[in-house]
Amino acid sequence: MTETVNPAEVPQFPGARAARCPFDPPPVLHALQEQGPLAKVKVWDGSTPWLVTRYEEQRALLADPRVSADVTRPGYPRSAPVASRNGSAISFILMDDPEHARLRRMVQAPFTVRRIETLRPAVQKIVDGLIDDMLAGPSPVDLVEAFALPVPSLVICELLGVPYADHEFFQDNSKILIRREADPEERAAAFAQLVGYLDDLVGQKLDHPGEDLLSRLAERIKAGELTRPEAARMGVLLLVAGHETTANMIALGTLALLEHPDQLDLLRRTDDPKLIAGAAEELLRYLNITHSGRRRVALEDIEIGGQVIRAGDGLILANDIGNRDPAAFPDPDRLDLRRDARRHVAFGFGVHQCLGQPLARMELQVAYGTLYRRVPTLRLATELERIPFKHDGQVYGVYELPVAW
Amino acid sequence: MKIVIDQDRCIASGQCVSAVGEVFDQRDEDGVVVLLDPTPPADLAAAVRQAAAVCPARAIRVEE
Ligand code: HEM
Ligand code: SF4
Repeated sequence: MTETVNPAEVPQFPGARAARCPFDPPPVLHALQEQGPLAKVKVWDGSTPWLVTRYEEQRALLADPRVSADVTRPGYPRSAPVASRNGSAISFILMDDPEHARLRRMVQAPFTVRRIETLRPAVQKIVDGLIDDMLAGPSPVDLVEAFALPVPSLVICELLGVPYADHEFFQDNSKILIRREADPEERAAAFAQLVGYLDDLVGQKLDHPGEDLLSRLAERIKAGELTRPEAARMGVLLLVAGHETTANMIALGTLALLEHPDQLDLLRRTDDPKLIAGAAEELLRYLNITHSGRRRVALEDIEIGGQVIRAGDGLILANDIGNRDPAAFPDPDRLDLRRDARRHVAFGFGVHQCLGQPLARMELQVAYGTLYRRVPTLRLATELERIPFKHDGQVYGVYELPVAW
Repeated sequence: MKIVIDQDRCIASGQCVSAVGEVFDQRDEDGVVVLLDPTPPADLAAAVRQAAAVCPARAIRVEE
């Protein structure tokens, strides 16, 4: 874990994780955090944005109106090259207020804590059904395909009004869209496919509205409050963010627990909702799957952490290492399901903090709270060394997780 | 303890409702925060402070 960084050299970002520590951020991030809250790093295009490594400074900057998430501004540190024909943003996650707030407010209603709570019995049924199928089928099985991916995909499809029958199409394209190393043309094509698909669905909802979120957006289009392309892009954002993230948390979380048997045992033996909810928060903190950092650009000069960020400077707020800041979380590299991890920045901070967090929390609580109790003999069906990790993803996780019981 | 909320800043993260559902709620139509109890009892004080600390929009102020 200990690695030193020569202060005269600008380190490359992102760095590689240590071979035997697939759950820990790259060692270079620990070293940079020890040196100070901010450092310059070199990224793929040769530019040198600021990397913000400490928890307090990350929260301060993410909540600072002088910091922009607008991907079209010069200086914005893109995580990968973009194709010439398509640099357009995937909706409000890459916009600033007031446009961001205008669009986000249109889709906030279905994600309130109490509304999401009403879906819990339906999610429990999905989870139980998938476990029934798994136990009735052959072992070993790939947990990603059999469980981790279908749970959030089924739920977000229902919520949005997207037919689950199309899941192969949208899962495949989502995967390309969020692969850091995907060819830019290929990524642009995947995005265009998804936008076209959502645009068709919005068209159908205009004619035949239902009880779902896309139908609510169709109403807004009719009322002149939203354009159809805006609705389609929001649909893509919600569909992609709604299944890729939670799926990775379920699969990677299961692997982390299998590698920490004493912690897994806590979940196997409990039905205490408080303990399960706390465990989900700790796994969110510890795994911090959004490992590419929050990306921003400064609109004005900002003095922070003994440095001056200049207007136009790019910022990468590495929430994975922020969640391992010893000033915020004692003994941060230990997975401890009983700690109070609620203050983590795994969902980001500031006005872009995750819209789907109540849904993600509920899904994770049901999944973690059920799988290990119902399949107490669950084990890895291969060696840890053979698991393909998503080192190249915007979102970290495992491509496959062979398990047996 | 007295709580002041700023509905214009709120981004409907739901963090406050998850922390103390007795004190905070969200509007049905857009998820914006609603204060159920501006002067909560002492046994909820710690949870309310937690809610203010995790509010991503800094929309909750607690006056002791
Ligand atoms: C465990 C699962 C999840 C994690 C770790 C996660 C993480 C995040 C993070 C870190 C951000 C902030 C992006 C930034 O600041 O640049 C974010 C934003 C967002 N997330 Fe999630 N997310 C999860 C699940 C979901 C789900 C289930 C949805 C459902 C639709 C969702 C929808 C969104 C949306 C729409 C945004 C953009 C918010 C905005 O820009 O205002 N997420 N998420
Ligand atoms: S925590 Fe803050 S942003 Fe989230 S719902 Fe409550 S007041 Fe709004």
